[in-house]
Amino acid sequence: MKIAVCVSHVPDTAAKINIGSDGKTIDPNGVTYVVNPYDEFAIEEALKTKEKLGGETVAISLGSDANKETLRKALAMGIDNAVLLKDGGYRDSLSVAKALADEIKAQGAELVFFGKQSVDYDNSAVGQITAELLGYNCVSVAVSFALDGNKITCEREIEGGKEIVETTLPALITAQKGLNEPRYASLKGIMAAKKKEIAEKSPAAATNFTEVIAMKRPPSKQAGKILGSDATVVPELVRLLREEAKVI
Amino acid sequence: MANKILVFIEQRDGQIKKSSLEAAKVASDFATKLSGSAEALTIGNEISNLNSLGGYGIGKVTHLKNSDLANYSPSAYTELITKFVNDNGFDILFFGNTSLGKDLAPRLSAKIDAGLAMDCTALNFENGEIIATRPVYAGKAMADLKITSIKKIFSLRPNVFNPGTASGNKAEINLVNVEAPNLNVKVTDIKKAEGKLDVAEADIIVSGGRGLKGPEHFHLVEELASVLGAATGASRAAVDAGWRPHGEQVGQTGKTVSPTLYIALGISGAIQHLAGMRSSKYIVAINKDKDAPIFQVADYGIVGDLFEVVPVLTEEIKKIKS
Repeated sequence: MKIAVCVSHVPDTAAKINIGSDGKTIDPNGVTYVVNPYDEFAIEEALKTKEKLGGETVAISLGSDANKETLRKALAMGIDNAVLLKDGGYRDSLSVAKALADEIKAQGAELVFFGKQSVDYDNSAVGQITAELLGYNCVSVAVSFALDGNKITCEREIEGGKEIVETTLPALITAQKGLNEPRYASLKGIMAAKKKEIAEKSPAAATNFTEVIAMKRPPSKQAGKILGSDATVVPELVRLLREEAKVI
Repeated sequence: MANKILVFIEQRDGQIKKSSLEAAKVASDFATKLSGSAEALTIGNEISNLNSLGGYGIGKVTHLKNSDLANYSPSAYTELITKFVNDNGFDILFFGNTSLGKDLAPRLSAKIDAGLAMDCTALNFENGEIIATRPVYAGKAMADLKITSIKKIFSLRPNVFNPGTASGNKAEINLVNVEAPNLNVKVTDIKKAEGKLDVAEADIIVSGGRGLKGPEHFHLVEELASVLGAATGASRAAVDAGWRPHGEQVGQTGKTVSPTLYIALGISGAIQHLAGMRSSKYIVAINKDKDAPIFQVADYGIVGDLFEVVPVLTEEIKKIKS
């Protein structure tokens, strides 16, 4: 079975974000980019599934040459092949999904893993859109995954609990933290990944349905009052919460 | 442009979710602004109080009914909504950005070729167009977005849009029995975390971090949360250490929350944590370290020992609540 995993290259969660000079994007200067944290769970699940059932794994990423770093990390963890869909400009979720769906179809992958969201635009949308475009069954925000023959059983995180979801192949699963413990790349894996070729392809041109008209800093929050240093100020805190904030 | 607006009403256990009332009010407000109309659609088995949507400006609600649809089915819901939207020519769809809305809205976007604005925290009406504001990079920046396609989908962050008080109006209910829904993807069971309020939906959150020093001290967080009727949250440090379940994690790789009150106990305020909770209306921080970044966003801070302060705070609140 061919297993695909789609990965994105995003600012590290520890990065400070500044607005770019165009006022519509972020300033990439001084920002470290990493594998999208949720995609590490997707990579791990693809590897575990291959180890159990055999087959071949491919990582796909859409973006600039910089995304090769993330693809190399996937290769170093044990993914067999990597494809970069080379594209520079802005793409919205639908446009990203169209490019990924085309490549997944070209690869003939029956099982696809995504992270549940990229921690840049935070749409939590590309996985589900890609699945619909492919006509694949899809479970998002999975915290467990089991494949038995053709049958898939997942637990999906919801407010205050978990849904047990059943479906069949072909399928696309989006990974939530808790699905597994992503492995570290071994030294051998890292060395081997350096030698592997990353296939480069040009995706179909973007057809965006949305436009970012401005990117701004969040409204700044004024540092408030330090009330004191021990329990004697608790009555004052409670009074402020009741009378000033009116929240309790 | 006709501007036919549809709001999707989510039910769990036959009860309308609060986030759907918020979305209903937004939908009917935009119907007025765009000189259009707003209807509601819901899917499920038995659903209570559907006519109460009239109180939020909805004239008509269609209920697609089947006992197999009591729980969510991504495949069935997607197919049914797609058909309903195409048959009735809706242009604008609103969802609550809940676990169900987040799963469903993108699927619809693919099916009906609609531009998508997820997790909106503000919608403004400028020159006849809806401009959506949404947090990106977990709230470290805000993007203003315009949807350029004819069909548009907006998913609204829960707890942000105030539905106001319901008027006495009642909505007309259009009940449609659904035969043989597509159950290719089916929820067969729901495991509820006993008596737990989820951080993503809570009005008040009490969160604990590394300053609690170990899982055995989280009863301090739980007790304070309990007297406040709050959800319990945790920092990434506390979750990664295995002290708390991942579902409680607040921050960039956990949940992004906007409660009315957020109380941070022993949380220093790493950048990824602040990103996930800084839009809370009021923030209280209790931490020993006066230089902790959490104090830069806190409305009220106590620079002190949480082990001493928190039990007193819990007792004080218990007193005023009783």
